[in-house]
Amino acid sequence: MAEQNIINEEMVARTRALLEQLEAGDEDAAQESLDTLVRLRETTLYQELGRLTRELHDALKSFHLDARIADIAKEEIPDARERLRHVIDMTDKAANTTLTAVEESIPVCDAILDEAARLREDWGRFTRREMEAAEFRKLVKRVDEFLRQCGERAEGLRSRLNEVLMAQDFQDLTGQIIKRVITLVAEVEDNLVNLIRISGAREEESPAADKEKRDIKAEGPSVPGTRQGDVVGGQDEVDELLSSLGF
Amino acid sequence: MKILIVDDFSTMRRIIKNLLRDLGYTNTQEADDGTTAWPMLQNGDFDFLITDWNMPGMQGIDLLRSVRADARLKDLPVLMVTAEQKRDQIVEAAQAGVNGYIVKPFTAQTLKEKIDRIFERVAAS
Repeated sequence: MAEQNIINEEMVARTRALLEQLEAGDEDAAQESLDTLVRLRETTLYQELGRLTRELHDALKSFHLDARIADIAKEEIPDARERLRHVIDMTDKAANTTLTAVEESIPVCDAILDEAARLREDWGRFTRREMEAAEFRKLVKRVDEFLRQCGERAEGLRSRLNEVLMAQDFQDLTGQIIKRVITLVAEVEDNLVNLIRISGAREEESPAADKEKRDIKAEGPSVPGTRQGDVVGGQDEVDELLSSLGF
Repeated sequence: MKILIVDDFSTMRRIIKNLLRDLGYTNTQEADDGTTAWPMLQNGDFDFLITDWNMPGMQGIDLLRSVRADARLKDLPVLMVTAEQKRDQIVEAAQAGVNGYIVKPFTAQTLKEKIDRIFERVAAS
C-alpha cells in the first residue's frame, strides 16, 4: 500500500512536470516524462497481476490441501464404483433366484392340472355309472396317489415361494448402498461448484467452507472390495462375538 | 404375542412379517422409523420389538436405548435385524441391551433360531 502511495505521488509529480514541459515547448523533456509515466503505470499493473496470481495460488493450494477432496478422489469414488457393481450383482442374483423358482414351480402346477383333469373325467364317468368295478378300484388307487402327491407338490411350491420371498431382500440392501452413493455424488458436486467459484472469482474467497463432518456411525451393508473397517463376516461371527462378550 | 417391526425399507418389513407369519406370529404391526415406532411402543402393549439400525429419523440403536431407559418398556425383548456389521456396532448394541442381533442378508432359519432363543431366555427369567 505504501508502495502504491509512493508511485501515485511520483505520478502526480511527473504529470505536473510534463504539463510544465509541454507549456514550455521542451519536447525532449516532455517525451521523457511521458515514458516515465508509462513505466509507472506498468509497474502498477505488474503489481496488481502479482497480487492476483498469489491469491489464486493460495486459494487453489488450500483447496488442494482439503483432505476430504483427496479422500474423495482416491478412495470414495473407487469405493462407490465397487458398491454400484455390487448392486448389479445383487439384483442379478435375486432375479435369477426368482426366475429359477418360477421355472421349477410351473411344471409342478401343470402336473397337478393335468392329473386333476384326467381324474375329473374318469370320476365323471363313475358318477354317471359308466364305470365297471375293476376300473373303479384302479380309480380309487389313482385318486389316493394323486392326493398324496398333491401334498408333496404343495410343499414344494410353498418352499419355492419362500425362496422368492427371501430373494427380495436385495432391495433393502441395494437401496441403502445407492443412497450412500447419492450422498457422495452430492458432495462431489458441491466441491466442483466451489472449484468453479474459486477459479472464477477476482477477490480472495474463503476456501470451500469446512463441511460439517457428520459422524456417520451407521455404515450400511458390507460390500466386498470396498473399505469396510472392522466388519464381521456373517451371522456365525456375529454369534461368536456376542457369546465371547457373555451374551 | 404382539410384535412391532421397524425398518425404513418396506420390502424388508414385508419379508419379516411373512416369515413371522410362517412361524405362527400373526399379530404384527409396522413402523418405518424410530420416530414413528416410539409412540406406537408407548401406547401399544407390544411383547417384542424387531428393528433395523440405519434409519433416517431415529436410528435403531437410539430406539433401543430409549426403550431400555423407559420404566414401562425397559424389559421389552428387542431383536436387531440390520446390515450393520462392524464389531464396534455389535458390541455397542449388546451393551445397550439388545437381546439378539441378526445381520442381513439372513435366512428364515436364523430368524427362527434367534426368536426362539430370546423367548426361551425370557421364559426362564
